[in-house]
Amino acid sequence: MTDAGEAAVAAAVGAASTVVPVGGRTQWDVGGAPPAGTEVRAPAGIVAYDPAELTVTAGAGTSVAALDEALAEHGQECPLDPRDPRATLGGVLAVGTSGHRRLRFGPLRDRVLEVRFATADGRLVRGGGPTVKNVTGYDLPRLLVGSFGTLGVLTRVILRCQPRPACARWYDGGGDPDAARAACLAPSTIAWGPDGTRVLLEGHADDVDAQAAAADLVPAAGPPPWPTGPHRGRISVAPGRVGEVGAALDALDGVAWLAEWGVGTVHIAAATTAGLASARRVAGTADGWLLREAGAPDLDGFGVDLPAADVMGRVKAAFDPTGKLAPGRLPIPVPAAARRAS
Amino acid sequence: MCFPTSPADVAAAVATAARHGRPFVARGSGTGLAGGATPVGRPVVIVTTHLNQILDVDPSARVAWVEPGVLNLDLSRAVSHLGLHYAPDPSSQAACTIGGNVATNAGGPHCLSAGVTAAHVLAVDVVLADGSTTRLGGLTPDQPGYDLRGCFVGSEGTMGITTRVAVRLTRDPPVVRTLLLDFASVEAAGATVSGIIAAGIVPAALEMMDAEITRAVEDYVGAGYPRDAAAVLLVEVDGLDGGVAAQVDAVRQVGRAHGARTVRVAADERERALLWKGRKSAFGAIARIAPDYYLHDVVVPRTRLVDVLLDVYRIAGEQRLTMMNVFHAGDGNLHPLIVFDAREPGVWPRVTAAGDAILASCVAAGGVLSGEHGIGLEKRDAMPLVFNADDLDAQARLRDAFDPWGRANPDKVLPRGSRCGELASVPEGAWV
Repeated sequence: MTDAGEAAVAAAVGAASTVVPVGGRTQWDVGGAPPAGTEVRAPAGIVAYDPAELTVTAGAGTSVAALDEALAEHGQECPLDPRDPRATLGGVLAVGTSGHRRLRFGPLRDRVLEVRFATADGRLVRGGGPTVKNVTGYDLPRLLVGSFGTLGVLTRVILRCQPRPACARWYDGGGDPDAARAACLAPSTIAWGPDGTRVLLEGHADDVDAQAAAADLVPAAGPPPWPTGPHRGRISVAPGRVGEVGAALDALDGVAWLAEWGVGTVHIAAATTAGLASARRVAGTADGWLLREAGAPDLDGFGVDLPAADVMGRVKAAFDPTGKLAPGRLPIPVPAAARRAS
Repeated sequence: MCFPTSPADVAAAVATAARHGRPFVARGSGTGLAGGATPVGRPVVIVTTHLNQILDVDPSARVAWVEPGVLNLDLSRAVSHLGLHYAPDPSSQAACTIGGNVATNAGGPHCLSAGVTAAHVLAVDVVLADGSTTRLGGLTPDQPGYDLRGCFVGSEGTMGITTRVAVRLTRDPPVVRTLLLDFASVEAAGATVSGIIAAGIVPAALEMMDAEITRAVEDYVGAGYPRDAAAVLLVEVDGLDGGVAAQVDAVRQVGRAHGARTVRVAADERERALLWKGRKSAFGAIARIAPDYYLHDVVVPRTRLVDVLLDVYRIAGEQRLTMMNVFHAGDGNLHPLIVFDAREPGVWPRVTAAGDAILASCVAAGGVLSGEHGIGLEKRDAMPLVFNADDLDAQARLRDAFDPWGRANPDKVLPRGSRCGELASVPEGAWV
């Protein structure tokens, strides 16, 4: 069952003193500073795809674009972050970026059925299982989503797919994002920013039209422009506090923002590092936090202490006792007392 | 055994157990089917049923904070006036607790499109095995660091005890249609299941019942199921008018193409409730046939459903046992139900042999050991069927990171020998 490419990755990871997992380098500056060390890349390519199962097995080095192309042939999709389709599956999962249709289709971590990864000591480990429903053992797939490569290097994944919606249309939703949320059963995106609201409705064409009419939505050309600028990040706050965060961000100079209403993610682009730092303070005031995604090299990647740091430290020590995997990507202290021989 | 009435009580009970070097086992309503809450050795049993308050409901955020002893169905009832419900709906939902659902990562018929418990739990306040308390997850969409919430859900009480749970509430769909299709063979019903998925439809629920259970249910509640069917499918689609109408048509066509004898769409809410009553009464119905049953829970790739089902019938024949099947066909989650009388001399070895054979068949088809009941004690020693030594070692590391002291529900989920270098000997009679 083991792919030669995966075995080579495991051997490389085991032999290296410092391991730097590399995907498409599209999210290279997200989180803690990129480490220096031996770069390892997961194999690319679709391994197995049976449309009747609604699941796909692929090398973690497969690009989001390549996966999307393969699934599209059978009218299916896996809604991963589309901002840069050159990103690899392993990279998207390691960084834990949920796509902009999360309001309807849920977070990235709910997509992953099975993972295979190279451990610090050079073994290949499998977690989860190939079926769409599974409670056999502990949930290693969820543990690895968002772990920034600090627990193992993803080599192969099985993802849950879904039918592509028959119809997908963007609308202008005016100034009140709550109106669209109340009037539509399951909008895919409610993007809210300084220029108003854009709503993505998907499904049967009749339902899309009926909901748009009920919510007084006006057809729009497409998605809203993503905030652009040299210093970028994303805020996570409780969904109910996005309104106050937006108002506070509006008061900042040189800070562009776009919020996923109902989700609690606010995408930030700032002209200066100071602007991104200000946006981080806004997030903190609303009991949220800001993940640095690009630029702002002087800014800490996370800007907050990790919750349940004791447990996280022990998890890190259990999987990577010498701290060789992607050091610095996550601000996790490795407690010496919790280290165990591997 | 203790019955805490506050999170502080739970922490105190765990701390007391820790001081005396005793393990502890959390227990909800005791509806679990894999022995996850069964006390082994001399643990302190911490029963959460008195922690049964719904603490807060935020209709705008669609989030509720609840204590672990709240019953699953009580939560949905408490928020129904807001047009909301809690999506996971295990068959035991009238009796099982949210805390138990979190521990087992419980499923249910409507988890096909809605997802299982892990997709509906945002945060858990937990007492760790040293008596300390912490929050895993949160109400923000992402949290920095590892998804410990995701690890905790489904950990069967081996990582600590939940004292508060933040759950996602789901909007009630405006339109719901329930269909009953009946077939002259299980092959035709199974092909229809695959055909529905292949047609780009993920129904809200897609349940299958075979001939034996269909007759038993019909005798018991008179739900209007055809008594001569080899298999029936209960299909529910929901959403808005356009999509629902299109899906009803598509399901009907796929069914007809695969030889469905009749396709009945429930005309009103009363008929819909009756069709579901049949499905949900299945386990009551079998009490009329024999006093005991052993309910299995395995998952196979959906396209292998019929192969494994036919294997289940073969196994039943070999072991001279009555086997009934009522299950979540849409996600490949089989529930073979062995019906027997425990007073019959020599029946137990045949029941357990049949169970082992079912597991082997499922694993051979590329399946997994459990879809929603958990591993507990029941399937602990079968874990090496699906995981190798390195896989089990990784799981043991994760568990030990939560509970380095080995006090939280020991002897469950992972077999002895899971940790590299650990002796694999298991004491005789370690369970049942």
